[in-house]
Amino acid sequence: MKYKEIRLSGSGGQGIILMGIILAEAAIMNGDNAIQSQSYGPEARGGASRAEVIISEGEIDFPKVRKPDILLSLTQEAFNKYIVDLKDGGIVIADDKVKIEDSDKFQLYQVPIMSTTNDVLKKPMVANIVALGAFNKITKLVDEEMLRKAILNRVPKGTEDLNIKAFNMGIGLV
Amino acid sequence: MKNNVFLMQGNEACIYGAIDAGMRFFAGYPITPSTELAEVSAQELPKVGGKFIQMEDEIASMAATIGASLAGLKSMTATSGPGFSLKQENLGFACMTEIPCVVVNVQRGGPSTGLPTAPAQGEVMQSRWGTHGDHPIIVISPSSVMEAYMFAVKAFNLSEKYRTPVVLLMDEVVAHMREKIEIPDKSSLEIINRKKPVVDKDKYLPYEDTEDLIPPMANFGEGYRFHVTGLTHDETGFPSTNPANASKQINRLLNKIEMHKEDIIEFDEYLTEDAEIILVSFGAVARSAKSAVKEARSQGKKVGLFRPMTIWPFPEERLKELGKKAKHFIVAEMNMGQLVLEVERIIKSDAVVHLLGKANGEIITPDEIMDKIKEVENIG
Repeated sequence: MKYKEIRLSGSGGQGIILMGIILAEAAIMNGDNAIQSQSYGPEARGGASRAEVIISEGEIDFPKVRKPDILLSLTQEAFNKYIVDLKDGGIVIADDKVKIEDSDKFQLYQVPIMSTTNDVLKKPMVANIVALGAFNKITKLVDEEMLRKAILNRVPKGTEDLNIKAFNMGIGLV
Repeated sequence: MKNNVFLMQGNEACIYGAIDAGMRFFAGYPITPSTELAEVSAQELPKVGGKFIQMEDEIASMAATIGASLAGLKSMTATSGPGFSLKQENLGFACMTEIPCVVVNVQRGGPSTGLPTAPAQGEVMQSRWGTHGDHPIIVISPSSVMEAYMFAVKAFNLSEKYRTPVVLLMDEVVAHMREKIEIPDKSSLEIINRKKPVVDKDKYLPYEDTEDLIPPMANFGEGYRFHVTGLTHDETGFPSTNPANASKQINRLLNKIEMHKEDIIEFDEYLTEDAEIILVSFGAVARSAKSAVKEARSQGKKVGLFRPMTIWPFPEERLKELGKKAKHFIVAEMNMGQLVLEVERIIKSDAVVHLLGKANGEIITPDEIMDKIKEVENIG
């Protein structure tokens, strides 16, 4: 039975928490159970930020992530901080600028998320949605259409087209 | 996704439940981790003709909540640790004057300002005995976002039915996590409203010693003139120092809850029937405990879970029955040992009661409970 612990990480302000909310909401639309939680408080501002999501076909008892099956990191600092408790053989999806040594313990995917966001789309605020596209293309955890719906549910009015474009671009990076 | 299924935080769900139960007034002084309760109230109450007010402090917000209820509105205030301490005097006033209201306390690390963003369950005893003097109170505690909604409805229903404040005891984990919730159809919800007087206006006794011990309550301003005081009072509501009357009043107040215990108390059990070790947990920790029970069972260990949903009055009778069957009880709670005192009082020497207490700002994990189970097994 599907039970995946996911840790999404980056720096404060990159929309990591919104990314977690969208992923969890899409999972629920998909008919699964999902829980999203986050580190909370001043320690989340600037520096490494994280959001956690559990997606399961069954009941989710303990609501926190213990040993993530999947880690997504948009920054070096976030990767260094959150790689420590990844499950053996887990998946790491990281921006291609993140320097990673010793990658034999996990399946590594490096994707040009930040350069695509900053240089091609030129809209740093959609880094989270670009990342979400790449994330789901790799993990196939949620139906793509459900993710599009969840994105439209949660992003600010007037940014729908930009966000869908960012999502599609993220899918295309993998 | 059905259109009544949402991904929602516990705090948000609590306010949607409260509004569906008929809440039309919220007075608060926002404090982490309860802030979303005020935020969502401010956003949603005006849409249903309700009122939100941010008061100058927690003391005043408790007072405003009581005042609005006296005027006939279902009223709530919400806070966390330090604010809950400040609300205690007026909470006692509501107990004494029998004014229905709901006080949400989202527990965070204490004492004092403690760990503002981290979970705890340190107000098990304060929620029962925080205000001075013998007094009745009902305390209920949800373990999920769905329950945050349902228990808000239940809290209003119990407060209206028994003319008493109800404390909705949450914790930071349940308050802040987002989870799937299926909002029930409003027509399927049982909504209870306070009993109103049916006598002539000059015959009304606001503290009448009725058979069910719950006096009918008139709204202030609808023509029934009555006196409301925190002083010991007689059936008219005016102060009385007569010992016979004082005794009658305090007994009715306490018996009002005692006599209706069966209606009030709710608990949940998981695989307790053949259990040799029973975990006792509430709120978010009950989820860790349930996870530990599943893990223990997969290893062939006979472990079960008893989860009080009503903390006060505590589900004493059922726990006592379980005490005759199981050998060990492990009380896992995010404090240094509070609920365990009640469990020990009830179990006495029928079984051995152990504490797994933790108050460092982190939720107790299933692994920690498994370690405790192994430790207890070694005792035999």
